[in-house]
Amino acid sequence: MTRLQAAFSKGRPALVAFITAGDGDTAANLDALVAGGADVIELGMPFTDPMADGPAIQAANLRSLAKGTRTADIFREAAAFRARHPQTPLVLMGYANPMVVRGAEWFAAECAKAGVDGVICVDIPPEEDAELGPALRAAGVSLIRLATPTTDSARLPAVLEGSSGFLYYVSVAGVTGKQQAALDSIEQAVARLKAAATIPVAVGFGVRTPEQAAAIAAHADGVVVGSALVDLVATHGDAAPAHIATLTSALSRAVHNARVPA
Amino acid sequence: MNAPVSPAANSYRNQPDERGHFGAFGGRYVAETLMPLVLDLEAEYRRAKADPAFRAEFDDLLEHYVGRPSPLYYAPRLTETLRAGAPAGQGAQVWFKRDELNHTGAHKINNCIGQILLAIRMGKTRIIAETGAGQHGVATATVCARFGLPCVVYMGATDVARQAPNVFRMKLLGAEVVPVTAGAATLKDAMNEALRDWVANVHDTFYIIGTAAGPHPYPELVRDFQSVIGREARAQMLARTGRLPDLLVAAIGGGSNAIGLFHPFLDDPTVKMLGVEAAGYGLDKLHAASLAGGRPGILHGNKTYLLQDEDGQILEGHSISAGLDYPGIGPEHSWLKEIGRVDYTSVTDDEALAAFQLLCGTEGIIPALEPSHAIAAVSKVAPTLPEDAIILANLCGRGDKDIFTVADKLGVSL
Ligand SMILES: Cc1ncc(COP(=O)(O)O)c(C=O)c1O
Repeated sequence: MTRLQAAFSKGRPALVAFITAGDGDTAANLDALVAGGADVIELGMPFTDPMADGPAIQAANLRSLAKGTRTADIFREAAAFRARHPQTPLVLMGYANPMVVRGAEWFAAECAKAGVDGVICVDIPPEEDAELGPALRAAGVSLIRLATPTTDSARLPAVLEGSSGFLYYVSVAGVTGKQQAALDSIEQAVARLKAAATIPVAVGFGVRTPEQAAAIAAHADGVVVGSALVDLVATHGDAAPAHIATLTSALSRAVHNARVPA
Repeated sequence: MNAPVSPAANSYRNQPDERGHFGAFGGRYVAETLMPLVLDLEAEYRRAKADPAFRAEFDDLLEHYVGRPSPLYYAPRLTETLRAGAPAGQGAQVWFKRDELNHTGAHKINNCIGQILLAIRMGKTRIIAETGAGQHGVATATVCARFGLPCVVYMGATDVARQAPNVFRMKLLGAEVVPVTAGAATLKDAMNEALRDWVANVHDTFYIIGTAAGPHPYPELVRDFQSVIGREARAQMLARTGRLPDLLVAAIGGGSNAIGLFHPFLDDPTVKMLGVEAAGYGLDKLHAASLAGGRPGILHGNKTYLLQDEDGQILEGHSISAGLDYPGIGPEHSWLKEIGRVDYTSVTDDEALAAFQLLCGTEGIIPALEPSHAIAAVSKVAPTLPEDAIILANLCGRGDKDIFTVADKLGVSL
């Protein structure tokens, strides 16, 4: 069983937590996510042009780049994380250009070497899979694709083809960190996706509070929280880890117990 | 499926392939939310292309609203001036395609007419656009007013400041202009923000992209709409001189006026072509010449030459011309460069400024700073060609919008 499979096989929904690499004290932030009970960690690769992100994660990208974060630094953080936390799956999330600039094979090999379990690339749809997918699969790194409210049933098989780890359902047509979709629409979408997918379905975009997370976890296999954690780094800087641990604990309790009868 | 054996198999004009690739460039690198929309747009564009009524409405608006065909003009005093500095027997004739005479003052309107007709066909009720110099924003605001659709234009805050007259024009035309403060607050940041708006409003919103870039089918459809420039010019030149030009010259921001001029001539083997990028302060300093100083990468929905660092982070472009300082270029140009069909060069801010003044003084035409780059390249090339050679340059915009920038550079306060 891969680390990602194990994370979704604990008999309860999983918390997937996102922070941006190089924003604040990355190692301490990652440790705080693990301490708080995150089951899967998404580490954002900063990009100059984060066109699918809202203001919070845009700002985190720019803070990180302003501090001089390089791709090599991200892989160093990832490898160090893997050494400290052998069990917790780590996924890199970002945009295509920094991933393919040295060639997809190079990127996939670096991921494998650093113990990265999966990659989410915002701007490579299934139609352009050749750009990155084959290299990741050959290196044994999961390609995690996004499904959205505009992904209809006709398209869904193409999205699932060649993807693994989990399916990331973007619950709102929009950028990160904005409003949450209505719960009943999420519930319907998750049911539709789970009927078609053999991999777990995690839901993200706009999830900020333990209450929201619990409501989604009642249906989905996982819940992704990003902007709310990134906001803590914006507010607290290097002192963010304690705050991250507190919020993550509340979120993971809510998610893990979402289906436990009260 | 087997590829059909096309009679035009050796043509340079049958790109892109069915997946939107121009050789190794182009494609559809967009977020999943946009992908179904981009596929819908492609399907609708195919239907529109096959629909004579669509073509008729497009042509009618170009004639009666935009003012096409634009003149083809032989520039006698510019020709003589450049000839005066050339060796005996040299100094080519310089001709201009006068797209600066279009309604709204640039070529941008050709594309906006086509795209708003597509938007209406698709039942979209809200229009968004990005703009750099403001010419595309003005053209978009214009067609929105003409068709009664609400319009939001994203514009980098830096450009809002340096293109104030166009900002006011857009507002007069009823558009909402949203200043974008991210990054260097220029065209690329405006495009990011337009994409964010689009992702959030896919159900009712049509994104009118202003250049021959972005995800497939935009590079193709923008090229097709702008190709009216080259089609007219080719027919006009044949009618006036009985021959084809020897060299076409056009400035390149994203590349829409250039591809519009070049495309109808691509299969004419005697016609050479020169695309002119903005070298800004110089290629060893800040500039916006993606082909000269960039490498292939992925941004804004397509794979193309980009200004970027070793990690693939996008670098800011600089040009005196707000319409040229984009760190990328349309994918068809990347392909045309790689196969060698079109030559590309670059021109600095100072050279463009000198060419701007040269055209004012020799022909009584105040060009925009974008085509001033093409004129600067013409000034260098014309003296190296024989007197009977014909250079045709695209005068793709007029300079009204740039007089403040130029005055500032010349140390004049208005
Ligand atoms: C007059 C004019 N020419 C050229 C350009 C550059 O765009 P493109 O390369 O797509 O023609 C602009 C862009 O704003 C413009 O306003």
